[in-house]
Amino acid sequence: MTEQPIIEVKDVSIKLGGTWVHKNLNLSVNRGEILAIVGGSGSGKTTLLREMLMLQKPHSGSVRVFDHELTTASPATLLQVQKRWGVLFQQNALFSSLTVQENTAFPLHEHTKLDPKTINELALLKILLAGLPVSAAIKYPAELSGGMQKRAGIARAIVLDPELLFLDEPTSGLDPDSAGTFDELILNLQKTMGLTIVMVTHDLDSLWHVTNRVAFLGEGKVLCVDAMQELVKNPHPQIQAFFSGARGRMTQRIYD
Amino acid sequence: MFISLDPQSQRLICRGDWSIENLVQIKSDLKKVAWPKQGELAVEGEEVTKMDIAGAWLLNESLKKHASHGLKVSLQRFSEQAQALFALIAKQVAETTKVPVIERLNAIDRLGEATIQQALEFRDFLSFTGKLAVEFAENVFRPKTWRWNEIVAVIDKTGFRALPIIALLSFMIGVVISYQMGTQLRNYGANVFIVNLLGLSILREFGPLITAIMVAGRTGSAFTAQLGTMKLNQEIDALNTMGVTPGELLLLPRLIGLFIALPLLTMWANVFGVLGGILMANSMLGITAYDFLHRFHTEIPLRTLFIGLGKAPVFALLIGSIGCFQGMQVKGGADSVGTQTTRSVVLAIFFIIVVDAIFSIIFSRLKL
Repeated sequence: MTEQPIIEVKDVSIKLGGTWVHKNLNLSVNRGEILAIVGGSGSGKTTLLREMLMLQKPHSGSVRVFDHELTTASPATLLQVQKRWGVLFQQNALFSSLTVQENTAFPLHEHTKLDPKTINELALLKILLAGLPVSAAIKYPAELSGGMQKRAGIARAIVLDPELLFLDEPTSGLDPDSAGTFDELILNLQKTMGLTIVMVTHDLDSLWHVTNRVAFLGEGKVLCVDAMQELVKNPHPQIQAFFSGARGRMTQRIYD
Repeated sequence: MFISLDPQSQRLICRGDWSIENLVQIKSDLKKVAWPKQGELAVEGEEVTKMDIAGAWLLNESLKKHASHGLKVSLQRFSEQAQALFALIAKQVAETTKVPVIERLNAIDRLGEATIQQALEFRDFLSFTGKLAVEFAENVFRPKTWRWNEIVAVIDKTGFRALPIIALLSFMIGVVISYQMGTQLRNYGANVFIVNLLGLSILREFGPLITAIMVAGRTGSAFTAQLGTMKLNQEIDALNTMGVTPGELLLLPRLIGLFIALPLLTMWANVFGVLGGILMANSMLGITAYDFLHRFHTEIPLRTLFIGLGKAPVFALLIGSIGCFQGMQVKGGADSVGTQTTRSVVLAIFFIIVVDAIFSIIFSRLKL
């Protein structure tokens, strides 16, 4: 396949709070894959995600998404890109003054010319696809459990049928059962919608079960990008330290 | 045309990009199709270049509608991905009922609900102040448990840093009052009575009232927003689990700090209000500062000052307790912080004026 990667991060450097979080970082994401970003605390996972989303401008380097250079993009270009991606934030970032239904319908109201009835029905469909019951649609985010809030966040992220989905720690704070079904949900959506997914996660089960490739961040750059089976064999001390703990070895044994 | 009926073969041909950007167009194309009433209808998907959930859903919905009229529909030659979407949607749509709506109450029900809410809130407020009073009584004779640092920080924030704005505001109030009164007094040649009028009105009413209203807007709102955000952030819960009650660490220092700061601010406001009056009396009515002050201290009894200053601690307790109470009432999300902050300021100012009126009645009964 000679297709252009869907995201291409090139030579990105950023300095936050006096330290270089990224120094000449390179990463590319191919169409249709699920790529996870891992790394120890403070290795700049979330910063990398924020740079891809243009919430944080790098000091130097280029970020290309859908073949548009984002660091110098005009607001109009950026909007074109923004309509084609969906984001699930770590704390879900649901609008607290809107119900789940209104939260999900919000991007449709903003970015399509559909009539209210169609918008409502489409939004409800996405809520159901995200695995929420109909009764949850008229609840406010504060009235939902953590797992249901995550699902509501996913419903809002996929409502515009994006090609690219960003997930920031999608399974953190969920019980193992919910996390498992959430993994299935992500896989299912990826398969049926042909999504490309970039996720930041610490969940070893998700890493083994869901991802195609994993990018390991450390020392301000990507130390290694590979499938999990290969990544765990990488001799780099940070990677070994990350995966060779008791939990890492246990999960590996299950999936090997 | 995203969809059209092929008249020869009686087949529906779908083509193009069936994704959400084109949904409006697809919808109008679907309406234009001359749907046959009965029989069998094949729907061809070979020419569809792209299909997403929205497109698949729309096609599914309209086919379902016509199928219910007795038409037999079969989907043919759609891509594997599209078929997966159809399967996914069919599964969901089978369970889908109508879009639920939140039940709205009628006017009378709303009035009743609001009344009960108000009554409950008043009860909660009473129990809140009661709890605080008990906590205060428990700690008052144990100075070791007093949070001096917090109290001083509150005095600094609510008192010291408010000095410039309070000074400016009271000075201008003094100027405005003496200007308005001066124009009237001059007509009667009673220029010198400006001292009596200004002294009484500033020291008894305007000083305490203006200061309290400013502080309600400046500090009461800050208390609510800060405590409310801490509550959302579970910081209050964290304190409770550590055996430190929010009352002793957060609420009492705020109340005590404001209790000390507001009378001091009121005194400060009095000084600048009178200074504003002196300026206007001098330039407009020809009363020199010396004459003004000389008359001031013979005409205005000291009692007036104390009556004014005496109201300030009461206002401080009102502002502080309402601000803290509303902050602790925050639940849910950011929306609630905004609502409670508004309530905090409105209620504080409302009660300041009510209490001020009550004071006026009491003082006039006591002939003070």
